[in-house]
Amino acid sequence: MSDTLVLVAIALAALSGVPGLFCASRSAGAARVAAGLLVSASIIGALGGLRALAAPTSPTSLPWKCFGAALQVHTDGIAAVFLLPVFLVSGAGAIYGLEYWSGSEHPDNARKLRLFYGLLTAALALLLVAHSTILFLFGWEIMALSAFFLVTTEDHEESVREAGLVYLIATRFGTLALFAMFGLLRVMTGQFAFVAPASGSAPGVASAVFLLAVVGFGFKAGIMPLHMWLPGAHASAPSHVSALMSGVLIKMGIYGLVRITSLFEQPPLWWGTLLLVLGVVSGVLGVVFAIAQHDIKRLLAYHSVENIGIIVIGLGIAMLGRSLGRADLVTLGLAGALLHVWNHGLFKALLFLSAGAVVHATHTREIDELGGLLRAMPRTASFFLVGAVAICGLPPLNGFVSEMLVYLGLLRTATSTGNQAWLAGALAAPALALIGALALSCFVKVFGATFLGHPRSAHAKHAHECGPRMLGPMLLLAAPCVLIGLLPALTASTLEAATAAWLPASGSQVVRLAQLAPFAAITLLALALLGLVAACWALLSVRVSRGSVSATGTWDCGYAAPAPSMQYSASSFAEMTVGLFSWALRPQVHRSELGGPFPRPTTFHTHTPDAVLDRLLLPSIQGIGRAFSWLRWIQQGSVHLYLGYVVLTVIALHLWP
Amino acid sequence: MTPIDTTLHLLLLIALPPLLLGVINKTKAAFAGRNGPPLLQLYYDLVRLFQKGSVFSTTTTWVFRAGPVVGLATCLLAGMIMPFGNHAAPFAFSGDLVAFAYLLGLGRFFTVAAALDTGSSFEGMGGAREATFSCLAEPALFFGLLTLARRTASLSLSTMLGATMPGAWASTGASMILVAVSLFIVLLAESSRIPFDDPNTHLELTMVHEVMVLDHSGPALGMILYSAAAKLMLLGAIVTRIALPFETGSSWTDWVVFVFGLFVLAILIGVVESVMARLRLIHVPRLLVGACLLSAFGVVLLVR
Repeated sequence: MSDTLVLVAIALAALSGVPGLFCASRSAGAARVAAGLLVSASIIGALGGLRALAAPTSPTSLPWKCFGAALQVHTDGIAAVFLLPVFLVSGAGAIYGLEYWSGSEHPDNARKLRLFYGLLTAALALLLVAHSTILFLFGWEIMALSAFFLVTTEDHEESVREAGLVYLIATRFGTLALFAMFGLLRVMTGQFAFVAPASGSAPGVASAVFLLAVVGFGFKAGIMPLHMWLPGAHASAPSHVSALMSGVLIKMGIYGLVRITSLFEQPPLWWGTLLLVLGVVSGVLGVVFAIAQHDIKRLLAYHSVENIGIIVIGLGIAMLGRSLGRADLVTLGLAGALLHVWNHGLFKALLFLSAGAVVHATHTREIDELGGLLRAMPRTASFFLVGAVAICGLPPLNGFVSEMLVYLGLLRTATSTGNQAWLAGALAAPALALIGALALSCFVKVFGATFLGHPRSAHAKHAHECGPRMLGPMLLLAAPCVLIGLLPALTASTLEAATAAWLPASGSQVVRLAQLAPFAAITLLALALLGLVAACWALLSVRVSRGSVSATGTWDCGYAAPAPSMQYSASSFAEMTVGLFSWALRPQVHRSELGGPFPRPTTFHTHTPDAVLDRLLLPSIQGIGRAFSWLRWIQQGSVHLYLGYVVLTVIALHLWP
Repeated sequence: MTPIDTTLHLLLLIALPPLLLGVINKTKAAFAGRNGPPLLQLYYDLVRLFQKGSVFSTTTTWVFRAGPVVGLATCLLAGMIMPFGNHAAPFAFSGDLVAFAYLLGLGRFFTVAAALDTGSSFEGMGGAREATFSCLAEPALFFGLLTLARRTASLSLSTMLGATMPGAWASTGASMILVAVSLFIVLLAESSRIPFDDPNTHLELTMVHEVMVLDHSGPALGMILYSAAAKLMLLGAIVTRIALPFETGSSWTDWVVFVFGLFVLAILIGVVESVMARLRLIHVPRLLVGACLLSAFGVVLLVR
């Protein structure tokens, strides 16, 4: 039943953009039909996911065969956990898109956007419920390609085309690794399906499968240093697409890792340690690169790398727990990782939607051209603030809960005795603290520079609040952020179901999350915090209203004519941190020296290129390209020749013994 | 934990912090050969500030008022989690050390946001420094707490700093010294004392915490001064407990030991402030990284 619901949702989502193809490009009715179809698909799909959590089922066979075996779908606990954010974020984004990317404003590409947005949603759901690996790859490829067309929505801009190309190359490389991995898995299990290999299989092949999964899924998830496509693609796409990509699409890489690691009963210790190291590197460097950005959407994109790092740390703890036979580490690590998948999906989508509202109102993504927007856009500002506090992992919102679970896992690893793994936990816990403090610094910078102070440009001065079709979806995403923060115990049964699905069928027992995680204490803490804040606010209001209140300009140290451009900018705010991490960031500073008693007007600007893409890959790819230029005669650009190649290859394959 | 202990905990949390600043200032005055302000000066200041009128900049919004409010609320709640001496905290749970650090983080978020709300470059500068230095202080704090957690195999501050502390120096003395020194440095940085920040300077450019709250006035400023003192006491409570891990057998004498320890700590801070100059800003990160490495050593030394 749950499988059927999800399949219906997939079909509805895939077809949601099709009616619009037969309507005028400016038609508002077609847009509403597409959004309506997608929202109903979201509701049906979410119901399917919830049903799967309540009543687990066995795989359903589809009436199609591939390589002699029927294609199967299965909505198990893990798939359901990932399905819910797919449908929530996609549905919210579809409503948001009605106003943000209307056909009248974007007649050239609104239809294309809606078509691929629906296809992407369908593909995401399809790969999640796929039990056959062939079906999984099918969904994976539709996802990758429709995301490419979404990233290049504004393909008249060169930077967008470039970002799309980098994304396409990265996703091809990832898929290549996945093909190899599923091939090896087929060798181990004898079938194209997500089933556990026999216990006696060679450990070398298992490790190869794991490493290929880390590379293949790591590209999609954006694990450092495989994140190179992510900042450009997220910045170039329309904001509701960025929300879907950052909130949901990159989590498919995490889903793949979770699914593959679930198949191996006794993983060696180094698997978990490798994931911990990758998670810490992604987390720290992701947030450090985020701090150095001037483009609000690029900055949010780098924060996705950071949060993927936190999720991978959680998964690493679960793997360590599995290797060590520690059920408490498995539960805390995996529950932390999966809850962070939800939470990041919620608050990152919320941040992208509210940042999109800012871009929509001011037509710029440069943080240093904004400022003072809280007065013009009070609701958007409040939603952004909720997202910012949540992503920093601060109480009383949802980010705190999932980071707490990951912390508990790390600290329990660090305090365990009798194994060497404790050192990994002891080093990763302070690293997570560093990540948290850096994220706080980054988001207080963005919030301050964008919404507080004086407007720094004419764009910012003439901003306006967005309409209900953009604010509504933000509310839809902000509400669960608050709810999970206040009542985390609501998520416990879902997370336990997913943990049970991750563990091998035989033997191991799931530890109740409620015994490990202080959910009741977190609720009490959050309520006490809200109560205390309300009490202090009342105290301040009473005391202020009793005394005299006067309004004046900000203290300017006696300087007579301060201008908005003299405010501390986002770049200045980040300057010290960027300096501390300049060994990794290598920022480029362009400045001209001042000289003489009457110096000329001068400019100063900084730019932080991506360490992997701009400093490592592009130069080396150019070198490789030169080295292989003698092979160019094969690649003539003529379609006939390519068809000839295909024919020759097929004949050669048939002749193969 | 008896009701009397809870009451005493709350009383100390609310009443004691300003006195510690009085002790620090008296110590500094003694070193400078002055009489100095009375011990209770901050109490007088707070009473006066709460009766004064307020000046709000026309640039500011509600975020400006949220800064002191959230700062005070988070400090008080963090105070409910922090054990005082060998008495468990009123509110303890597994993982409360994370909650403690993140509550102070929430306070920091809103204090810095309030500074940016004024649109002044000085306050932005102070906010940037506060946020950056905290990034380095946070791992040092976690390494320190981790050492205590691993020693006691517990993730709650009340147990980590609880009944097993008296034996800590005999069994893991080296780690305890490193952690105490490192957390003392974190305390100085987080509560904006010399050598990180000079609370008495009169030049906006050189300050960290004081410049961040430059535009606050009246009751809001009172809240900020009180929160700063409370934060100093909370971090001081950890250092004091590590340095004076005594168990006298009587609950009342234990309270006296704790308060005595805090006074000694305040005198120590006063001495540091008297004999040291403020570090140049570019040297501050080095000291914090040093503190971080010291407490990391503390963790590593626990390997037996």
